[in-house]
Amino acid sequence: MLTIAEVDHVALLSRLDLSAEEKKLYGDQLSKILEYAKMLDELDTGDVPPTAHVLPLKNVYREDRVGDHLPLEKAMQNAPERDGNFFKVPRIV
Amino acid sequence: MDLFYMTAHELHGKLTAGEISAGELCRAFLDRLGSVEERLQAFITVTEEMALKQAGEVDKRIAAGEKLPPLAGIPIAVKDNMCLDGVRTTCASKILYNFVPPYSATVVEKIKAAGMVILGKTNMDEFAMGSSTENSGFQITSNPWDTERVPGGSSGGSAVSVAAGETVLALGSDTGGSIRQPASLCGVVGMKPTYGAVSRYGLVAFASSLDQIGPFARDVADCAQLLNVITGHDPLDSTSAPGEKTDYTAFLNRDIKGLKVGVPREYMGEGIDPGVRKEIEEALKVLSSLGADIEEATLPHSRYAIPVYYLIATAEASSNLARYDGVKYGLRDEDAQDIVDMYMKSRSRGFGTEVKRRIMLGTYALSAGYYDAYYLKALKARTLIKQDFDRALDRFDVLVCPTSPGTAFRKGEKTDDPLQMYLSDITTISVNLAGIPGISVPAGFSGGLPVGMQIMGRPFDEGTLIRVAHAFEGSAGHRGRFPSL
Repeated sequence: MLTIAEVDHVALLSRLDLSAEEKKLYGDQLSKILEYAKMLDELDTGDVPPTAHVLPLKNVYREDRVGDHLPLEKAMQNAPERDGNFFKVPRIV
Repeated sequence: MDLFYMTAHELHGKLTAGEISAGELCRAFLDRLGSVEERLQAFITVTEEMALKQAGEVDKRIAAGEKLPPLAGIPIAVKDNMCLDGVRTTCASKILYNFVPPYSATVVEKIKAAGMVILGKTNMDEFAMGSSTENSGFQITSNPWDTERVPGGSSGGSAVSVAAGETVLALGSDTGGSIRQPASLCGVVGMKPTYGAVSRYGLVAFASSLDQIGPFARDVADCAQLLNVITGHDPLDSTSAPGEKTDYTAFLNRDIKGLKVGVPREYMGEGIDPGVRKEIEEALKVLSSLGADIEEATLPHSRYAIPVYYLIATAEASSNLARYDGVKYGLRDEDAQDIVDMYMKSRSRGFGTEVKRRIMLGTYALSAGYYDAYYLKALKARTLIKQDFDRALDRFDVLVCPTSPGTAFRKGEKTDDPLQMYLSDITTISVNLAGIPGISVPAGFSGGLPVGMQIMGRPFDEGTLIRVAHAFEGSAGHRGRFPSL
């Protein structure tokens, strides 16, 4: 069973600001799902390699050459706030 | 027959014979859409002006005496998680309510180059997380066979738009069944191609090792045509598989004599609705009558697929969705005191309940102290699931099972219990974990609701799936029944 402190910790890592009701709800539901996932302990996976990806591809590189790039105005068209050619954000420090 | 229930190959015939213009065709579908959309809510955005312009260009090509490619002038709908330059792309999330992509997805460029007419962007579960399209941040989509029921998900809007005659074809994305399950619940054809067969460039990422774009169609021939358009290597997607292009229409009208069909016993037993099982048993008789050899198969690690999938998919999602922070695009909370406060408030306001739940689960599975026990364990169990399929597909040409354990459920029926909702994906998620292709074809009705049969095959052997599905469709006699709206 996840404690409220654990839920708080995961919420902070997730950058989510949860209400008290949400913490309770997610705490309960995640506990139930993680309990269900415990069935994986039945499997002996000692010698089994992990599969992160099904294709036999590795390190796909392109040639280091300048191509067509998004024009600056298009790249910034969705900026919530901008200052010239910069994305503007609230105070950091 | 009503124009709006015709297939792309039938409409192509009408266009080339001069019986109808692309502009008239487009108008007819926009009218149909206008008359049923209030009840169905399949579209988030309708791109009427753009569609009529694209159709006009096709008419110019016809007037110039050009030989039309097979899908030129054919209407298509696109799930709202694929970027279309200049048109709002929301992923059905409030966090992207105002996002206008500055570029188009590769698949969108491809359907445009094929002369297809884009009618709009379809509704979905927010960020493709769900099995009913009830998790949309904007609207609830209805199943055209019974508007009290869900269309399945997450590509519910795309499935409904094809089933209800609002469009001829549609694109969806499938991370754990999000094309095949709604295709099954809405009575249309839907395919998840092999991982890497279709470029994901411009598809908003959910779980990058599982996501794949694929077609929705009224019949298997149309599905093959659209597959021809969207497959192929793309240097813009580093997980796109290199290789020669295949003509999938070459697999239509072929017999299936002597083809080895395996029926995984784990997908026909407990948890499968008896009405669904009966239709699939009938479907197996059809395949047998066409000369296929049917035998029982086994995928012994099937029961582990649900926890494996929900750990891997949420872990990847928690990482992918970290980009929604209110800095460069999307919703930003204006009252934030500092930057971390802005991240937290923007994300909490922008994401819906299911998305937050999955970010939390994935973050937990990846966090210090739990990584080995949950995430790494799931990656290892994924190997065992993949090996089950390797072995089964060594012995059999294809595997067949119900696409979904049940027919379309009632709205609200499973929303309170996420685990119950996850369990409804049992027959489709393993296909994503193994990276193989799967297609859902209509296989009859149970209680007046459509049942779909799933055919799974070897990696990059979509051709055999088309061959089996087309042979089945031609003999099973399930075509020609449409929802009354």
